[in-house]
Amino acid sequence: MNRRDSLKAIGIGTLSAGTLLAACKTPGENKSDIKTDKTGRQDFEVTRDETILKETFFNQHELATITILADLIIPKDAKSGCASDAKVTDFIEFIVKDEPEHQLPMRGGLRWLDVQCLNRYSNAFIDCTAKQQTTLLDEIAYPMMAKPAMQQGVAFFNKMRELTAIGFFTSKMGIQDLGYQGNAPGKWEGVPQHVLKKYGLENV
Amino acid sequence: MQIKKLSTVYDVVIIGSGAGGGMSGYVLANAGIKVLMLEAGPFFDPAKDSQQLKWPYESPRRGGNATRPMGDFDASYGGWQIEGEPYTQKDGSEFQWFRAKMLGGRTNHWGRISLRMGPKDFKCKTNYDVGDDWPITYDEIKPYYDKVDRLIGVYGSMEGMENDPDGIFLPAPKPRLNELFVKKAATRLGIKVIAGRGSVLTAPLPGNKDRGACFFCGQCNRSCKIYGDFSASSCLVIPALKTGNLTVLTNSVVREILTNNEGVATGVSYISKDDMQEYQVNAKTVILAASTCESARILLNSKSTQHPNGLANSSNVVGKYLHDSTQGAGVAILPQLLDRERFNEDGVGSLHLYAPWWLDNKKLDFPRGYHLEIFGGMMMPGYGGYFGFEGTTVPYLNGYLPGADGKMKPGGGYGATLKNDYRRFYGTMAGFGCHGTATAREDNYCEIDPTVVDKYGIPVLRFRYKWNTDEINQAKHMQQTAQAVIKEMGGIPLMQPAGPETNYGLDKPGKGIHEVGTVRMGDDPKRSALNKWGQTHDCKNLFVTDGSVFTQQSEKNPTWTILALAMRTAEYIIDQRKKQNV
Repeated sequence: MNRRDSLKAIGIGTLSAGTLLAACKTPGENKSDIKTDKTGRQDFEVTRDETILKETFFNQHELATITILADLIIPKDAKSGCASDAKVTDFIEFIVKDEPEHQLPMRGGLRWLDVQCLNRYSNAFIDCTAKQQTTLLDEIAYPMMAKPAMQQGVAFFNKMRELTAIGFFTSKMGIQDLGYQGNAPGKWEGVPQHVLKKYGLENV
Repeated sequence: MQIKKLSTVYDVVIIGSGAGGGMSGYVLANAGIKVLMLEAGPFFDPAKDSQQLKWPYESPRRGGNATRPMGDFDASYGGWQIEGEPYTQKDGSEFQWFRAKMLGGRTNHWGRISLRMGPKDFKCKTNYDVGDDWPITYDEIKPYYDKVDRLIGVYGSMEGMENDPDGIFLPAPKPRLNELFVKKAATRLGIKVIAGRGSVLTAPLPGNKDRGACFFCGQCNRSCKIYGDFSASSCLVIPALKTGNLTVLTNSVVREILTNNEGVATGVSYISKDDMQEYQVNAKTVILAASTCESARILLNSKSTQHPNGLANSSNVVGKYLHDSTQGAGVAILPQLLDRERFNEDGVGSLHLYAPWWLDNKKLDFPRGYHLEIFGGMMMPGYGGYFGFEGTTVPYLNGYLPGADGKMKPGGGYGATLKNDYRRFYGTMAGFGCHGTATAREDNYCEIDPTVVDKYGIPVLRFRYKWNTDEINQAKHMQQTAQAVIKEMGGIPLMQPAGPETNYGLDKPGKGIHEVGTVRMGDDPKRSALNKWGQTHDCKNLFVTDGSVFTQQSEKNPTWTILALAMRTAEYIIDQRKKQNV
């Protein structure tokens, strides 16, 4: 893809075969299954959820880029799946409409990323090789080490990383990954003795 | 448009269904008195409407704060701003007003921290030379605290501290691991840490078959489906409805209290949100319990020939002496807890550990003090609420601590290593909120904005509130305490120390949601609106039973005192009715 075609892709958003392969899971299977509950909720809350779910903010190209970035941030490993397995892209699409302050930094940041890639590799981010993608991320993912010229990228990646982590670790998969064991009726009898002993807190 | 008049004349009409209104209604209805309760919001029954036990992924915003300021699962309808019901500020004030429009009001989501004020707190002027003394003593209110403890249930530990009186306690819950680290560090610094005191049924409540005992999900702020904690809805209003003596009208916004030519209260004028029609209802006695600021607003808007300065306001104190708790905090990550063992650590949704004010003011540059509300543990992962997503700090901290392999690496990152860091840091946060006393001052107030009305045409409140040097010095001390405790427990602080330009991290007034004092009690009708029974000096059949009655708050959270005073006022009304005085 030449530079002009890539710019076109950013604007219009047709998905390339490369994108589909790069994603941890195919975006076509990521159809949103977010539901909204009515019990104990005020009318305006239900209406707001329904309205937001009908609206679209990101175009296909942006969603594809978010999906790849999210899977680079939270990849599949021995313990759990990747960000797109946990439908993180759906969460990000919802939350930028629910909390509109994310919209400009996300849209502008995604474009910043693509222009960086176009200038270096003559491709949009999603059409770059895996090596090219991580080379660029290495320049924006470590705030203390990033060069001054990359600070806008750092700011974007901070936000992207945060939204990805929220989306993943508040999903069923992410909560299981963290090992949270509550949210179920039980009897709280304090910290287990062997844990207290480990930290020397038996007599506190 | 016409005003519809209800044909029934009630013995008592109560404005508001929160702690004060709920308790008043409960006592009166159980005494056989015919009561009408007006609530501005909808009916809310925690058994049905609570979001308890939902997972974050059952919310499209994962529990985020877009529609409810304390998270999508929090039990409060309303918040800091309500569409069509504004409030304004004066002189650069930034007072924050949290309103819950629903049956039970703010008690559906509150922290359940249930503290008695102490003997010295009721005589603040005498003991500390600030504020004013209450017209009552601790000994006068103690029997009501006792009755509230038995009726509602509160856990705690017997400590025998003079100004932090013990109650009739259920067993206190054990602390979480992180909280024990705070306790250990605070104790070493000379701060006495005791069990929290909260209205959660850690054991079955003797004599009560309608409420279940706590099953330890740690979600009291969502309200409890089995009524295992105190909400005015579940524990007072809904049980009172079963007497057949209480009628509740929801979605009913009170415009003003009506009086006759003798200046006596005759009833209430209100608008129904359901049909947007205007209504009037008559009653022999009126109890105002709409919340501290809303009650002042209703009185100030109830002007008549007999009460030209607003009802119960010949003293000109209504709206004045507004004061809210001071608030600061210390939050840290405990590196010794990285990769900690997992177990269910939800506990109760109130306080496990608490440090009552521990110092002598003679050596300090501010009067009175603050207490510590300690927290920490393996909370349910989520977004929104007070802490948002706990893992947010991970990419900012992982460069400062060795990895699982013992090696340092640059902070931030992505991929498998970062994913593992989120696991390592999970459940390592600990800290405490500092909640202190502010002094009631005449020049901190709410008043009627002369030019602005809400969507019902009711004139709105305008706030004027400035923190004083005493409160700012207290905040500075809170910050020093936070730094000392965090250092002592080897924590990494998550908040930068704030300087004088931001009042040392002192929260904006109102943020404590402990605002009180706008319709205060006192023996002198020239300097107070209410007598010691909560009866207005100017209008003998009008009573007030919410936080507005406080002469002077203490560093103890106000709800338990509101409940005790409301019970006392309701019993006084029963007595006065027998004597045909009201």
